[in-house]
Amino acid sequence: MSAHANDHAVDLHDDHGHHHKQTFITKYIFSTDHKMISKQYLITGLFMGIIGIAMSILFRMQLAWPEEPFTIFEVLLGKWAEGGVMDPNVYLALVTIHGTIMVFFVLTAGLSGTFSNLLIPLQIGARDMASGFLNMVSYWLFFISCTIMLASLFVEAGPAAAGWTIYPPLSALPQAIPGSGTGMTLWLVSMAIFIASSLMGSLNYIVTVLNLRTKGMSMTRLPLTIWAFFVTAIIGVVSFPVLLSAALMLIMDRSFGTSFFLSDIYIAGEVLHNQGGSPVLFEHLFWFLGHPEVYIVILPAMGMVSEIMATNARKPIFGYRAMVMSILAIAFLSTIVWGHHMFISGMNPFLGSVFTFTTLLIAIPSAVKSFNWITTLWKGNLQMNTAMLFSIGFVSTFITGGLTGIILGDSALDINVHDTYFVVAHFHLVMGISALYGLFAGVYHWFPKMFEGKLLNKNLGYVHFWVTIVGAYGVFFPMHFIGMAGLPRRYYTNTAFPYFDDLADVNVVITVFAIITAAAQLVFLYNFISSMFFGKVGPKNPWKSTTLEWTTDHKHIHGNWVGPIPEVHRWSYDYSKLNKDETDYVIPGQDYIPQHIPLQDNEEELHH
Amino acid sequence: MTAFLVVLVIILFGVTVWQLNKIFNMSKTADELGDSSEVANLKDNNINGWLMLGLAIFTYGLLIICFWKWGDVLLPQAASEHGAETDNLMLISMALIFVVGFFTLWLLSWFSFKYRGNETNRALFFADNDKLEFIWTIIPVIVLAGLIIYGLFTWTDIMNVDEENEDIMVVELYAYQFDWRARYSGADNTLGEANVRLIEGVNQLGVDVSDPNSQDDIVVNELHLPVGQKVVFKMRSQDVLHSAYMPHFRAQMNCVPGMITQFAFTPTITTEDMRLDSEVVAKVKKINNIRKENSIELVQKGDEALEPYEFDYMLLCNKICGTNHYNMQMKIIVESQEDFDAWLAEQPNLGTTLKK
Repeated sequence: MSAHANDHAVDLHDDHGHHHKQTFITKYIFSTDHKMISKQYLITGLFMGIIGIAMSILFRMQLAWPEEPFTIFEVLLGKWAEGGVMDPNVYLALVTIHGTIMVFFVLTAGLSGTFSNLLIPLQIGARDMASGFLNMVSYWLFFISCTIMLASLFVEAGPAAAGWTIYPPLSALPQAIPGSGTGMTLWLVSMAIFIASSLMGSLNYIVTVLNLRTKGMSMTRLPLTIWAFFVTAIIGVVSFPVLLSAALMLIMDRSFGTSFFLSDIYIAGEVLHNQGGSPVLFEHLFWFLGHPEVYIVILPAMGMVSEIMATNARKPIFGYRAMVMSILAIAFLSTIVWGHHMFISGMNPFLGSVFTFTTLLIAIPSAVKSFNWITTLWKGNLQMNTAMLFSIGFVSTFITGGLTGIILGDSALDINVHDTYFVVAHFHLVMGISALYGLFAGVYHWFPKMFEGKLLNKNLGYVHFWVTIVGAYGVFFPMHFIGMAGLPRRYYTNTAFPYFDDLADVNVVITVFAIITAAAQLVFLYNFISSMFFGKVGPKNPWKSTTLEWTTDHKHIHGNWVGPIPEVHRWSYDYSKLNKDETDYVIPGQDYIPQHIPLQDNEEELHH
Repeated sequence: MTAFLVVLVIILFGVTVWQLNKIFNMSKTADELGDSSEVANLKDNNINGWLMLGLAIFTYGLLIICFWKWGDVLLPQAASEHGAETDNLMLISMALIFVVGFFTLWLLSWFSFKYRGNETNRALFFADNDKLEFIWTIIPVIVLAGLIIYGLFTWTDIMNVDEENEDIMVVELYAYQFDWRARYSGADNTLGEANVRLIEGVNQLGVDVSDPNSQDDIVVNELHLPVGQKVVFKMRSQDVLHSAYMPHFRAQMNCVPGMITQFAFTPTITTEDMRLDSEVVAKVKKINNIRKENSIELVQKGDEALEPYEFDYMLLCNKICGTNHYNMQMKIIVESQEDFDAWLAEQPNLGTTLKK
């Protein structure tokens, strides 16, 4: 794997004296520059995140104080909260759109879109993505899909309300729930465009990583971030088309009278003509994407955490090769575990056994990664920058959330906790909160690369981190308990069951923590916007990191490096490496050796 | 118009801030620009290192508080034969999770605290160690292999139903927006054929009346089960996906339109006995105290007080199915064989109902 893909180093961009005159439109809107596109992804993703989190606060308020009137409901939900009391249908719509926005628009596009775009060219030493134009199209398709999703909130009968998994027949029949009318059509159109956007992005990332690495940058010298983005893109290309096919079939069932997913249905007083389809087929197709999707969300976060942790621990990442192998293992296994979402869907129980087996296997690479992160901290010299805190927080929530996966992945145990709040707590910790921590870690760490050297305010960052981690645990720890008490998710209110009356105060506690945590995100938002304009400009390499992106200038130029692209001579984790006599660091007084520094006389060459 | 003006003011304000910032930046000297005080210093390392030590303690504390305050909300002992087995597996898995979680979170916090950065410290260049990595790959492999095998045996035991050679009672669970029906198969222990296309009038379940097996079928809206008798539930749905969730029996299966799904279990504790279980007694007492308190408020507002609660097994819908998903329930009563027989004898069978 050490083939130097890039001996085409004599690149045509070296004569970068002449700069095309950029207009406002080509620079900020229809930009083909990967750095600008990454900022566009980030800001769009954060905007969608604000909406998604705000929705969660609304339905958490309903769960804590069921059917109580709130003025804010009336203001924001209008006719769906007359007198300030939330309507059950809009509750389901909020849950649905919250899930959709957070999973796809924030954690897929906002996370992977932002950082793949920013870091792939900068860290592998490329002038830009393989196709800048395709990259631009990818962002604008994403933008259109966001717009359509948001537009669906304003249609007459309300947005999609069949859960983010949109299982038919509920999602196929407007008679079954009002949200399955125009709202669902827009949802499907939006997702179809989103998938096109994601595919264009992913293909671009794959081609760029394979072909545009600078001289000396072999695959085994890539930072783990790039490995993670690369493998994420591959999973995306493998699994997203399957969701597209499911969405197309659902569109046909809804609009053209086909019966892919529908059979033997009597609803609203009449029998439908549909015969022979199966909702279980949809579940298979959906989760064939849906499960890899959670790894599409978590792998980039893992990559960034590895990189940030090594930098701030001033130590090489422990077990580089094991980290790469576990990324590959997770990626492979992620495509053959989808059935663990369907143990009790009515599929053959034998399949349940198979999926239990593959699912519990995935715990092995995950465990290896966690142990390697912990060992990276051991005997380090930890610099507690905000990005580092979020990385440690990531490992913490990945462990607490991941461990309960052992229960859910076990078909026999899943029977009783399936679709309860136990599941909600599990996946929010392991993929929601963890991936968000990865996103925050990335923003704090690479903010100077995005905004021309400006740094985020660290004290606001500390406040943001500590309130968030305490608040998030406050939300999701108690949630395991109400799940184990048998409380189903997606209930508008639990008052219909007196048996659940003793869970009411737990729900209040959860909601209060949720509101506190959401408020802490305002601190981040303020920090982000004010630092974008008034942030202190730091040195070129503020975190004393080894990777190539820190060799570029503060000022963004098309092509990234003013002179020739630096050549790479070592892996990206030479932190605190000592010279042969072990008297000092290889470069005296400097505990890191950037990748473009050639091998020194006083150091041993190591093969990692 | 006002809206337009507001937007305009916001945009102009944004432009002003942007331009001011540009001027502000230009007036800075290179020295100021090089100021890197936003990078963590020794004080930050110290404070956050200590807080990181607190993080592990916080998570342990939170867990203890949850157990202490809400440990009593968990489900009582399983009321079915296989439930005891799954509860045991659950206990083992939970114990494993707590042990692993305790140690890994402790190491994470302790290392973050102990190795917080200072000026004299030098990080150890420690890039890999095959032995260590082998150890922590092989340990999860062995532990998980044990769990997988135990889990698979339990799963197969639960899901494999030998209808021909076992003494099993066949009951249909029928789901529709937003209620449940149960259909007993009667003396022949065979359900009559059914299809939604045959739904008409009182024949709400679309049972095929020409099928001789259907004549003695009995349709009810309250599920009665004889204790100690293995029951296989054949599940159908009329419209969308539903899920028949019976938490006290550790039982759940989706109801899928267009196909028949099944789940079988043997109830082991009658409703009467479960009401005397100490955990249930305590839980019901707590619930009734809450209901009493809530009633005081309701009465003041002029509403009716809440009725006191008595424990019953229940069947819930646990797959999002529409507006009233949150209130799609059926009562389950487990009783002695004699009581069950007496109750069933009182229910009219389909043959009689449809003739009327």
